[in-house]
Amino acid sequence: MVNNTMKLTFPSKSQNEAFARIVVAAFASQLDPSIEELADVKTAVSEAVTNAIIHGYENTKGDIVIEAKLKDNNILEVIVKDFGKGIEDIEKAKEPLFTTKPELERSGMGFTIMENFMDSLSIDSYPGKGTTIRMVKAFKSLKDQE
Amino acid sequence: MEITLKKRKNTLLVNVFGELDHHNADYIRDKIDERLKTNAVKHVILDFSKLDFMDSSGVGMILGRYKKIKAKHGKLVVANLTPQVRRVFEISGLFNIIKEFKSIKEAFDYIEEV
Repeated sequence: MVNNTMKLTFPSKSQNEAFARIVVAAFASQLDPSIEELADVKTAVSEAVTNAIIHGYENTKGDIVIEAKLKDNNILEVIVKDFGKGIEDIEKAKEPLFTTKPELERSGMGFTIMENFMDSLSIDSYPGKGTTIRMVKAFKSLKDQE
Repeated sequence: MEITLKKRKNTLLVNVFGELDHHNADYIRDKIDERLKTNAVKHVILDFSKLDFMDSSGVGMILGRYKKIKAKHGKLVVANLTPQVRRVFEISGLFNIIKEFKSIKEAFDYIEEV
């Protein structure tokens, strides 16, 4: 039975986008999911961390915290937290193609990708306090093996 | 991450190696836009055979180039997508406006017959 946790704090630098998604994928690989499932996790984490850097901190300095959990042999839970400006309208932010920063060529697809690549997504955000993204994925490739 | 650009007739062939995210999207954008400034380039083929990873920052970058090329009445197409990149294309709806080809040759053939 794999039960494990990890916690990582890093500054909101764009170099850390690759670092963060690789760390979470490496952590999740303890469960031995498929390559496609790991790619899904990498993509979703990349979106959450990029949002924290661009929107949460608007490219200023701040800390990003990632907490991840492995449980029940096939479930990954990832939390990505920032202490930045928060999201004014969460429902609007989740709409495909909606972006507050079109001038930066943002596609507005971040939350759509997180929702599609993970099994569940929840967003807690308070203006001026920050945003917490919680995502869960059950690795189906592992269940099939049992 | 690395990018190579080659021109054949009025088509720019762009190869992106490694990972395309927010950290390097601006660099890739600037490299392509430099070449789009001149009238010598009308069409673009993005060869993603060596692109291991892309997120929505790549989607934004591609959409930005698509609009520029469309304004010049040119075509932007992609070739050789890896599975992760194809999934991001599918979910973000890029295939509604951008054609995918299985080889550079097919992509060139399509552009030249137009």
